[in-house]
Amino acid sequence: MKKQYWTEYESKVADDHYYYERSCIRQSFFTGSEEVFINIVRDLLGKDIADDMNLHTCSGIGYYSGVVPLDTTMTVVARLFALMTEAGYKNFVPSCITSFGLVNEVVDMWHHFPEKLEQIRGYLKEANGKEFDVPENIAHPCDIIYKYRKELKEKMKYSLTNVHTGKPLKVVEHIGCHYAKIFPRQVKGGAEFPQVLVGMIQEWGGEVVDYPERRHCCGFGFSQYMVLANRGYSAANSKKKLESMQPFKPDFILANCPGCTMFMDRWQYTIAETEGITYGENGMGIPVLTYEELAAILLGYNPWDVGLQTHQVQVEPLLDKMGIKYDPKDKYVGKSGAFLGEPEKPTHLKVKAYE
Amino acid sequence: MNKADVVVIGGGPAGIEAAYNLARDNHKVVLVEKEKEIFGHMQTAYTLFPNFQDASEIRSSLLQKTKHGNITLYNNSEVTQVSRENDFWRVQTINGLDFIAPAVLLASGFKTFDARYKEELGYGIYKGVITSVEFEEMLKVGKIQTANGEKPRRIAFLNCVGSRDEKVGNHYCSRVCCINAVKLSIEAKKQLPEVEAYCFYMDIRMSGQFYEELYRKSQEDFDVNYIRGRISEVAPTIDNRLQVKCEDTLSQTPLKMTVDLLVLMIGIEASEGTARIGEQVGVNGEYNFSKSISLHTADNKTKHQGFFLAGTCKRPLTVPETMADARAAALEIDLYLKSLSQ
Repeated sequence: MKKQYWTEYESKVADDHYYYERSCIRQSFFTGSEEVFINIVRDLLGKDIADDMNLHTCSGIGYYSGVVPLDTTMTVVARLFALMTEAGYKNFVPSCITSFGLVNEVVDMWHHFPEKLEQIRGYLKEANGKEFDVPENIAHPCDIIYKYRKELKEKMKYSLTNVHTGKPLKVVEHIGCHYAKIFPRQVKGGAEFPQVLVGMIQEWGGEVVDYPERRHCCGFGFSQYMVLANRGYSAANSKKKLESMQPFKPDFILANCPGCTMFMDRWQYTIAETEGITYGENGMGIPVLTYEELAAILLGYNPWDVGLQTHQVQVEPLLDKMGIKYDPKDKYVGKSGAFLGEPEKPTHLKVKAYE
Repeated sequence: MNKADVVVIGGGPAGIEAAYNLARDNHKVVLVEKEKEIFGHMQTAYTLFPNFQDASEIRSSLLQKTKHGNITLYNNSEVTQVSRENDFWRVQTINGLDFIAPAVLLASGFKTFDARYKEELGYGIYKGVITSVEFEEMLKVGKIQTANGEKPRRIAFLNCVGSRDEKVGNHYCSRVCCINAVKLSIEAKKQLPEVEAYCFYMDIRMSGQFYEELYRKSQEDFDVNYIRGRISEVAPTIDNRLQVKCEDTLSQTPLKMTVDLLVLMIGIEASEGTARIGEQVGVNGEYNFSKSISLHTADNKTKHQGFFLAGTCKRPLTVPETMADARAAALEIDLYLKSLSQ
């Protein structure tokens, strides 16, 4: 067999000293993912990672939805780079896939049009007096987890194995468009055979599901969802994916983009409510995890500290398969220890019933 | 250093045909072939379009021609260096052969496009995705089958893989793939009458004699279906078949189809030898094909005296075109050699 060209596509990931750019939406959708990532990188891997409270939006969703002009977008990105520069870092790590796509696109445009970079430097200076360096390295957090997946495996208490059958768990992986489709040669495996999540799944004992609509859109698609009239199209795309993967009986879906994780999770509720269809076992849905959440529960974090209770499709059946211990009583308890209240149960999408 | 009248580089149809015609004109010809076997890409052919002539007949004919007394054939002799020395050309090979001759004919041919560059088509990932060359080999042994050894129920042929494709840097048309897909689909139906055959295309280019008739015959007599659209994505199904996606641009609708075999009609590119020798001698043209001094009036001559071209080292050509071009090159070389002796 001759070489596969896509195997040459690699992410360049700095070894240490990361400036973490938190996401505006991920903290709302997957409440524990970013905190867990920082803990893993700082405490388990012993790396230096900056968590800056002065961060702000990257404007990527506005840019990719066509409502924020290019110059404004570039200046906002330049301000983020200025914060990185002021903090003394050179390796930019945007939490959100949209940010990752956007900052790479902006830096690439500056590379090809250096006069634009100078213009943006002027805009930022005029606006707030800030100056910035273009990052030496831009890597997504999933690239960092992928890079250190073997080291993390050594620290893991659980693996992607069904403790009842002894067989590997079957995992659907889905990467965000803005991760691999803008600059496919700069991410491991490119756009057609992205390896970043595959590498984690395989290293941690799971089996990747290859199914007909593996490369199909998750359903977000920006204006598919942002424009109210298009939302049916957004749900229809997620439905197409879910229908395609269902016969393979995946144990869960792993994603690296907030949009993908959100919509493949939440639309399962919408589809169940509107059509009475569910895709998991026994009327349950197929759980959808972020890669940080997955790493965290394998490492032995309390699933409720990671924020898994905020997912639409409840994860207890998956945790049971993995042999992960959890206390149902802690599920809706806040950090203060107070009970936060239990959400209403969906009509069709089943959740685990406790005695 | 061994002397010859002409060194012919490449033992495919062009090289052999030219060598034979030169030999008949009493020139001492050295024919060097880099591979163990001669015939070039003709080696793997089953039948030839548009008349379904058995390719083994062509191979027998070519083999017979190499046995002419004025031809000395060297196999396993990849050319490493071609240089001008005084009024002669010096040709050296990887196995230490060293020739000097007043004339050299470059007939180093083409290579097929490496389908792995079109990652979305899954060649090398999914066993049911094969190239037109591999399908021809299946036809040759009379065993069209899936990776599981089963008879396929449905076969799709995809044209323009590596041709007319900006993404891979090949803007040109390889010219032979459309009619070759027609031929392959008919051959598939002859061997497996129950199989469904679909050809996916951008344009159907039936420019040769009897091509249009064959295209029509494939539809009327063999029920081959033609869909105007490029396949954009291939993925496996739960029963190990292949799902292909494209837009049927005539009906303007997205289309999904499950097939057992996807045959990629891979295009023609300049061979590595063509590119390398062309670079050494300075006759490289666009896409690394070799460049003659005049397409219309001196298509076998180059800007260098005594350095000639024949066949698909210049551009994609059919077999009859290649053979005719080789005979034309032999005539040019014959005239050139005679002019030297006068």
